[in-house]
Amino acid sequence: MTASKLYFENVKEGDEVPSFEVKNLTRTDIVKYAGASGDFNPIHHDQTFAEAARYPTVFAHGMLNAGFVSKCLTDYVGRPGLRRFKVRFTSQVWPGDTITCGGKVTKKYSADGENRIDGELFAKNQKGETVIQGSFVAALPSRQ
Amino acid sequence: MEQSSAKDPRIGRSGQPTTMRVELGKIREFARAIKDDNPVYFDESYAKREAGGVMPPPTFTMTQAFWDESASRIDHGLDMRRVLHGEQEFEYVKAVHAGDTLTAKARISNVEKRPGKRGGEMTLVTLETEYRNQSGEVCLYARSTIIETAKPVEKKD
Repeated sequence: MTASKLYFENVKEGDEVPSFEVKNLTRTDIVKYAGASGDFNPIHHDQTFAEAARYPTVFAHGMLNAGFVSKCLTDYVGRPGLRRFKVRFTSQVWPGDTITCGGKVTKKYSADGENRIDGELFAKNQKGETVIQGSFVAALPSRQ
Repeated sequence: MEQSSAKDPRIGRSGQPTTMRVELGKIREFARAIKDDNPVYFDESYAKREAGGVMPPPTFTMTQAFWDESASRIDHGLDMRRVLHGEQEFEYVKAVHAGDTLTAKARISNVEKRPGKRGGEMTLVTLETEYRNQSGEVCLYARSTIIETAKPVEKKD
């Protein structure tokens, strides 16, 4: 898969970041992220521990959800041009949830000799609740 | 943000620098975990052409925080049973590629106290980690804000 490259000339303020969806997040998905990141906080994989902490069950690492948002973003702007990526965690994501990530371009400008765009990002669950609010800055190549 | 505690003694505390290798296998494992099939993580010739080599995903340096489990820790004085991850920000200054060696140095850049939603006081601590490559160049900053929620009000029987 080679995503078509985004050029500065082809972007305008208000353009949407194409959405990315993760259907039915599993406990295995969460454990895979624990292994990949090294974050073995038991709240994310140990049912007994989660219940003792008064949660109904385990929940995903915020940074797993942030990873899904980053995938959505870099599919659009590419990886090398990313200059800033910020997320705020607003709600938990539980096994069985379906997460939709997206965003939009809010500003188009030149700075530090680069063509740049700013934008907003989000991740929502299947109930429409926001689980992440985010923002980004990216530099884009020019056709000229 | 009413009580900006600019004089909080924790601000400026730093951890021991830690060094991590940016490994190709770890990049792929991490990319798979976040369900990202971008060839910049998997296809070396594509990555070389488009990005100067295989790059790690944007949030990859989270793996460093657990690379060294003791040396980089900073005493932030929070009750970990009440701690949540509030925000995470990355600022990318220079490209990182598989094979690079990054040295991370973390410090407490801000401490704020705010009223909790259900009374009491919550504490927000921001840790800023600077990553330099093997040539000593700053490649990125990661800023992590963790929140210690307000202490439950203790009931007297």
